[in-house]
Order: sequence, then structure tokens, then C-alpha cells
Amino acid sequence: MDKRMTEREVVNTFQDGMTIGIGGWGSRRKPMSMVREILRSDLKDLTIVSYGGPDIGLLCAAGKVKKLIYGFVSLDSIPLEGHFRKARQTGQIEAVELDESMLYWGLYAASLRLPFLPTRAGLGSDVMTYSPWLKTVKSPYEDAEELLAMPAIQLDVALIHMNRADQKGNGQFLGADPYFDDLFCGAAERSYMSCEKIIPTEALLDEGSIHTLKISRMLIDGVIEAKNGAHFTDCEPDYARDEVFQRLYSATAKDPQAWRDFKQRFLDVATEADYQEAIQCL
Amino acid sequence: MSITSNITRAEICAVAIADAFRDSGEILASPIGLLPSIGVRLAKICFEKELLMTDGIASFVDFSEEDTPASEQEKVIEGWIPYRAIFDLVLSGKRHVMMGATQIDRYGNQNISLIGEYKQPKSQLLGVRGAPSNTICHKTSYWVPQHTRKSFVDQVDMVCGIGHDRSAQLSPANTRFHHLHRVVTNLAVLDFDTPDKRMRLCSIHPGVSIEEVIENTGFELSIPNNVNKSRSPSLKELQILREVVDPNTLREREVAS
Repeated sequence: MDKRMTEREVVNTFQDGMTIGIGGWGSRRKPMSMVREILRSDLKDLTIVSYGGPDIGLLCAAGKVKKLIYGFVSLDSIPLEGHFRKARQTGQIEAVELDESMLYWGLYAASLRLPFLPTRAGLGSDVMTYSPWLKTVKSPYEDAEELLAMPAIQLDVALIHMNRADQKGNGQFLGADPYFDDLFCGAAERSYMSCEKIIPTEALLDEGSIHTLKISRMLIDGVIEAKNGAHFTDCEPDYARDEVFQRLYSATAKDPQAWRDFKQRFLDVATEADYQEAIQCL
Repeated sequence: MSITSNITRAEICAVAIADAFRDSGEILASPIGLLPSIGVRLAKICFEKELLMTDGIASFVDFSEEDTPASEQEKVIEGWIPYRAIFDLVLSGKRHVMMGATQIDRYGNQNISLIGEYKQPKSQLLGVRGAPSNTICHKTSYWVPQHTRKSFVDQVDMVCGIGHDRSAQLSPANTRFHHLHRVVTNLAVLDFDTPDKRMRLCSIHPGVSIEEVIENTGFELSIPNNVNKSRSPSLKELQILREVVDPNTLREREVAS
């Protein structure tokens, strides 16, 4: 079994208007090489679901996004994401702002093939005011509590980045937090996993315990070997966030000329390999 | 000159934050931001040893010694708490969060999401993050380092953390865990211990007048007849704060004296 693909092959299967879930958290272990491939494509009108970081900022800045579903968007060491702010403040995108745990519940419900999961999170807040399609449900038991029925968030595609994987699609995180990557995959019709290194299945326990094998091959449709693929977000313990590059990126949100230069230098390149080469010359 | 004669405003704030976590017991304390983190560490070392804390990544950390740890390096990992487990913990209620508030109103509605209209905000900030779930599921306090009419407003632009007027519209079952504990600012400590659960002035920090608090609040505060002075740290607390928790005086950068 060999599910290896390139970023280009993955993105060639996408269509305009798709709903794409992106794993990781803020500016941490984001599948950036696949995000960059979307930036290079003609895709448009995408709905993006994410615990957002520069994935959202870049896709907004490139005009790829029609609608965003998120709990927050942040670069971690830089609290606010400039390109995301700009997209919101110019009214360029439709926003569905959810409580972080509502997003978790929505992905979990989708991964369990349930129409919704009940929760108290969100009740009484303006999350419900601005997403009036959110409904409540009454407990059928004696308590009869009226709860928010968080609907399943169905994804067409999920994109995640892992530290290690085998070519069959078994994935391993070696950092401290698996985030919600397995739920993004479970909620999606098709899931693509990039990784720092593809290794033989027999080697999967060489660097981490059995508990780190969070992604099962039954969730995965394609595996992409992408060394430094999460750049400039972190991919602990393989590498930390590239804070210098992140500051450079963040500064482009306030300066159109800086953004054009950044785009030309790092994004308007032919392939991911060219990107990796371009960042070496910083 | 005695050590207690030059206590700064930031140190008053730190101990007021620490006091907000008094009698919490064995739950997760989640301080968001610098002064809350300093205050919670102070509480844990001085009088609330059972509190759990995280490293802000995915570990529970404790101190290796029961008593005064010599430095931050003596923290030991005692458990695993990735984000998913945090969200489960929020729903379970064993947590007290102290969040920031870009805006807060008289009923304790809090906004960290955006300024202006939802559809096209004048200023997009963080998003609602976990504020809706935190406030309806467990004890919540707020830290506002700049108490002004810009932060203490008549109406917040987006209700992220829910206040008492919002909770009053929900069923008692929904809101049985809703508990807004305290609001600590650079000027005062406030709570909601009034008949209609409006914000009340609890204590003013030394050097602050009631008029100054009123002037910097964009709504009518409940002012009791006797407003106490916020307490000063004890000698032991001051030593722990200065020598162990914040030897580089980062606190003074957040709150000027």
C-alpha cells in the first residue's frame, strides 16, 4: 500500500467552493506546504475551518476565502493575525465565529456521523446572535435542560501535518499536543497528511511511544513527505517556530508594498522546493 | 527602610489576583496574561498549594518543594493536558479562569473578539476564544490592566463571556455553573455581590480615590458605604513575589505605579 502524493497532486483534486479543514493550532504544526500549494492554485471561494493561524491569514490575503469558521485566529507569539484582521475589517469574508469548544464539538459530531452534540458552551453569548442558524435541543430526560445543539461541521477535505508517517497513512505526532487533527480527518470526506519524514511502519515506535500514533491509515487518503513543511509555524520537536520569518510575514499586513515583495519572493514560486530554497537565502 | 514601605501598585494587583484564587481547592487555575500568571503563582506558593497549573503548552506543572521554590526551574511535570483535555475540563467545571477583557459592562459581559459591527468590524481582535464556554461552565474572573471608560463600557460590542443579564435569560439549569467571581484592575477590585448582580466596587488600591474609579468607569457602579482599601502583601508574600515569582519585575511594565 502506497499513498504517497505530492502537494500538487493533492491540490489538483480540489474544487472551487470546497470546505477545507486545516489541523494544527494557531501558529503550531500547520500543514503549510499544502496551504502554499493552494496559494499557487486557481482555487477560489473556499470555506476554511481552523483553529486559525497564518494558514487563515495567507489564504485570506491571497483572496482564496469566501467563508471562515474559527474559534480564534492568532500567531501565538504575535497575538493578532494582521491579514485575517484586514480581511474581516474590509468585509471581504463571511465569518462564523465559534467558541473553541463548539468547534471541537462540531468536528467531533461530524467524525461520529451524528447530526449534533449537546453543550452549554455558547448559550447566552453573541455567538448565537450572529449565527442564528444555531439551534437548541431539550434533554428528553427528567432534567429537561435546553442545550445548544452544536451541528456537525462536515468537511470536504482535511489537511494535517505530522512529525512522522508511513506510506500507508499511519501518522505520528512527537510534540506535546495532538491538537484536533484526528477529528478534522474524521469529519472530512478525504484527508491528506503531510509529514516531516516518511519512515517504514516498523520504525514508527523508534522515536515515540504507542500513544503518539494518533492518526490511523483508515483516516488518510494521501501522504506527502514535506521536510520543514510546517514552516514558519512550529513542528516540535523537529523545529521551533521561525519567529524571524513570522515577524517578516506579519509586518506585510500593514504595508501593501511589503506584501507584494513577500508574495513575489516566497509565494509566487513554482514549487514547495523553490519556497524552501527561497527561505534559505533570508 | 522596611521592605513593605515601597510596595508598588503592581504588587497590590498581584496579591489581589492571588486572593481571587483563595479557597479554590484542587482545580486548574488558568491565568491569561502576565499579572494573572504572577498572581496565581503567588497564591499557589503562599496559601493555595493544591491548585493545579499548566505550563501553557500541554503539561500540568507543580513545584518540587512543598515550600518556597528557589526558582522557576524547580517546576516538575505532573500530568498531560493537551487542548482537547482542557475543553473537556472546562465542561467538567474543575477550573477557574482569569481572562482579560477588551470591554466589560456592568453585568460582567466581556468582549475580546472585535470592536464595531460583527459583519465588518472596525477592529478585529482575537475571536471569542473560550470565553462563552468558560463563563457558562465554571468560575471566571477578569483582569483589566487599564481601567478606563474604553474598557468599562455601557455595552460591549460582542458578548463573548456572558454576564448576569444574559444568564438571567437562560434557565436555572443552564446557568447553575455560571459564576463571575471578581474583576481586578489597576485601580480596584470589583465583584457582583449586589441584589441585581450589577458590578460593585469592592476595594480601591492604595493611592486611588473612589472618584478616580467612578471617573474611569463608563457605567454606574454600585458603591457601598464602606469601601475598603485593597490589602498589601504580607512580608512573606512580598519576598516570594520579588525573589521567586517575578525577580525581573515584569509586573511593573504592565502596571505603572
